[in-house]
Amino acid sequence: MTDTAWIDAALTSARPQAVGALLRYFRNLDTAEEAFQNASLRALKSWPQNGPPRDPAAWLIMVGRNVAIDEVRRSRKQQPLPEDDQAISDLDDAEDALAERLDGSHYRDDILRLLFICCHPDLPATQQIALALRIVSGLTVKQIARAFLVSEAAMEQRITRAKARVADADVPFETPGAVERTERLSAVASMIYLIFNEGYSAGGDTTEARAPLCEEAIRLARLLLRLFQSEPEIMGLTALLLLQHARAAARFDKDGALVLLDDQDRSRWNQKMIAEGLALIDKAMRHRRSGPYQIQAAIAALHARAEKPEDTDWTQIDLLYGALELMQPSPVVTLNRAVAVSKVRGAEAALAMIEPLGERLSNYFHFFGVRGAFLMQLGRNDEARVAFDRAIALANTSAEAAHIRMHLDRLMRDSQPRGAKAK
Amino acid sequence: MLYAILCYHDEDFTGSWTKEQDAAVMQKLAVVQDKLAKQGRLGPVARLLPTTSATTLRKENPPVVLDGPYAETKEQLLGFYVVDCQNLDEALDFARDLGAANPGGAYEIRPVGMFMPGSVAK
Repeated sequence: MTDTAWIDAALTSARPQAVGALLRYFRNLDTAEEAFQNASLRALKSWPQNGPPRDPAAWLIMVGRNVAIDEVRRSRKQQPLPEDDQAISDLDDAEDALAERLDGSHYRDDILRLLFICCHPDLPATQQIALALRIVSGLTVKQIARAFLVSEAAMEQRITRAKARVADADVPFETPGAVERTERLSAVASMIYLIFNEGYSAGGDTTEARAPLCEEAIRLARLLLRLFQSEPEIMGLTALLLLQHARAAARFDKDGALVLLDDQDRSRWNQKMIAEGLALIDKAMRHRRSGPYQIQAAIAALHARAEKPEDTDWTQIDLLYGALELMQPSPVVTLNRAVAVSKVRGAEAALAMIEPLGERLSNYFHFFGVRGAFLMQLGRNDEARVAFDRAIALANTSAEAAHIRMHLDRLMRDSQPRGAKAK
Repeated sequence: MLYAILCYHDEDFTGSWTKEQDAAVMQKLAVVQDKLAKQGRLGPVARLLPTTSATTLRKENPPVVLDGPYAETKEQLLGFYVVDCQNLDEALDFARDLGAANPGGAYEIRPVGMFMPGSVAK
């Protein structure tokens, strides 16, 4: 690896801890971020010459803090105290002591606080994701704008607005209590899942721009799990992301069209990610404290374990969705369960199951896609066509639309009179 | 003499590599390993999954199962090699070559007392 690539990776990995600690000192997101930027600039100059510090995060916190304090002094137009200045510019001596203090106690809550501030309930989901990617992951505004398919200026504005809201929100800086910590953890987990979904739901044409979001979400989930080693839901979340992302290479064909699970080339699934996901879900189950992420991960694990689509344990998947429905009732969960039911008990039963959802999912692409597929299986082609037409009108990405069009083409072929087929 | 070479590195750091950076490092390491492999001196090589996937069994009475790796350290055990070397110098040379391919962290070189090649197929 080149020097700059090495430094980039070191800065990225130190970022959550360093910005988190700087935020604790300054209690202001902008100041903390700026302090980290300044420290990074100094690192780019100093590290290639003096070699990397033993603890990059401690170095960045120390330098970031000093630079920011210097700036405050300068802006106050005060004479800096000479002896003080000398003490803080002597980094090497101070680094050890600081590293010592950083270990353990604060580290975990600093990162959690930083993540939590980014997903403050006052912020709409899109702002949460943008803020987290900017502040915690250190993606540039340009990179984030590209992933969201908006202009850089629009994204800049979105992030600025999010920061202003967070500044008004007054997140406490004291070490959180147990209940508070659990609440923060769960909010942060949802935010990480949102980031992942933003990348995962990308269409064929936007996959490349958005795939990094999935990888970033996995990195954040692992980070969170390292801080909270015994939380089964965080294991479940990390497993879920890994098991879903393991299929990334098989989810789109070369034209960017969506390939359904049943039709995917399973040899292209990432076995290393699957192994890690399965290991985590195994660990989580031991705690016997089930939760929505664990159940969804267990479902993904059943798909990952099936070498061929016919090997899939749909009965078990049906049961798991049933458990998820009880825990988190939602028409979308029922819709997913219906797919499993169609495999176990047939399309008739599955169709009956989703019929009552029509009103609540009347603007949901997948509802009409799934409904159309069930109707097609039952040979009710005219009704299937109506459902597919509606699905196309609601498609979120061109890949989704293309997939439905494929069904419609098949219906068209099947309904052609025999004579015409020979043509 | 057989030596185990235990690889320690900051997991946060190696986890921040892009896919391309990771592949480039693995490629460079493969070149170093190849030299020993050609001489029939390279034993088992393992890269471990992240420490978040680890579980620790403390052999108390009764044994206690804990989530996470055995030790909370700044750098984590991320993999190992078993190599056949004449002496420590040779083992250190190999470790130096590995280190040049993958800078940062540390290698612990430990002579092996008992070795069973095992029969696990990949």
